[in-house]
Amino acid sequence: MHEVGLICSLMDQVTESAAQNGITRILSVKLVVGKLTLAQPDFLHFAFANLSPGTIFEGARLEIEERPLVLRCTACGTETRPEYLDYFCPACGERMEIISGDELFIEYYEGDNGEDGSGG
Amino acid sequence: MAVKVVMGQRLLKANAAVAQENRARFAAAGTLVVNLISSPGAGKTTLLEQTLVRLGGRFRIGVIEGDIYTTRDAERIAGKGTAVVQVNTAGICHLDASMVARACEELGAAYDILFIENVGNLVCPAEFDLGEDVKVALLSVAEGGDKPAKYPLVFRSAGAVVITKADLLPFTDFDLAGVTGEIRALNPEVKVFILSARTGEGVEEWCRWVEEMFLRKRAAGSGTGSE
Repeated sequence: MHEVGLICSLMDQVTESAAQNGITRILSVKLVVGKLTLAQPDFLHFAFANLSPGTIFEGARLEIEERPLVLRCTACGTETRPEYLDYFCPACGERMEIISGDELFIEYYEGDNGEDGSGG
Repeated sequence: MAVKVVMGQRLLKANAAVAQENRARFAAAGTLVVNLISSPGAGKTTLLEQTLVRLGGRFRIGVIEGDIYTTRDAERIAGKGTAVVQVNTAGICHLDASMVARACEELGAAYDILFIENVGNLVCPAEFDLGEDVKVALLSVAEGGDKPAKYPLVFRSAGAVVITKADLLPFTDFDLAGVTGEIRALNPEVKVFILSARTGEGVEEWCRWVEEMFLRKRAAGSGTGSE
């Protein structure tokens, strides 16, 4: 997989947003990863830890929420949570559609805008 | 002061933006773009060579060759008198939209059909939109029929699947009907071709489909005055 590329992409997108919001240091980033994307959380953490020194991400925490694969039958509505993509309904044999598991997005990040917060 | 910023933004947004620029450029030029994806050794370059032999005389064809290293594929294609640019990703396992944009700068002139031969890999290329009109997944008889089930993303996102090296069918236990069924289960609308670039069997039908796709794109774009 391309976890390093994904983390580079994450850092670019957050850096751009942080600049627009006057944020100079990132404290944490929350990433949502569906099982079907095959992006491995361990490798994402590894890439984040190795790419963050010397950037606004230095010392920041990467939080990853894994979403399971959820399928629903297009005919009878049966829902399953299989380990792998299974295209046919175990109940009626019709096609299953993906409800969840293909997510790959940055939910939010937290950062420091350099102000002391005392209102002064 | 700590502040929280909600993004809800898909990763690879930067790639998606460049892919859209590529798509707009291809639409303006009336170029059909075909992204060929398979594991290493499935026969992308050989199919491309045979396709160029059949379509090269009638259409202006450009080729972008993606490989981790070497210019061997580009040399094979250049031997066919076609405009070709090699992209060496130097370790990266897929092409992305900006690599294609740079390769297009080098290719220069407008083409009727642009083939992009992606890096041999069934996993990552499926996730990177290049601005193509259609992804084509190749699967060779020699690889075994379990690949669609093992690598569903690429077979789901493909507009066509080409089963290559069909001349080897008598020597293997490849279950053609079973594999085709599995591909259709993943992707009911997909077009499936069974061919051998070595014997030429089935290649005409594939070329006809590419030609139809091109004519359809030109017909759809003819109102824009791009010609």
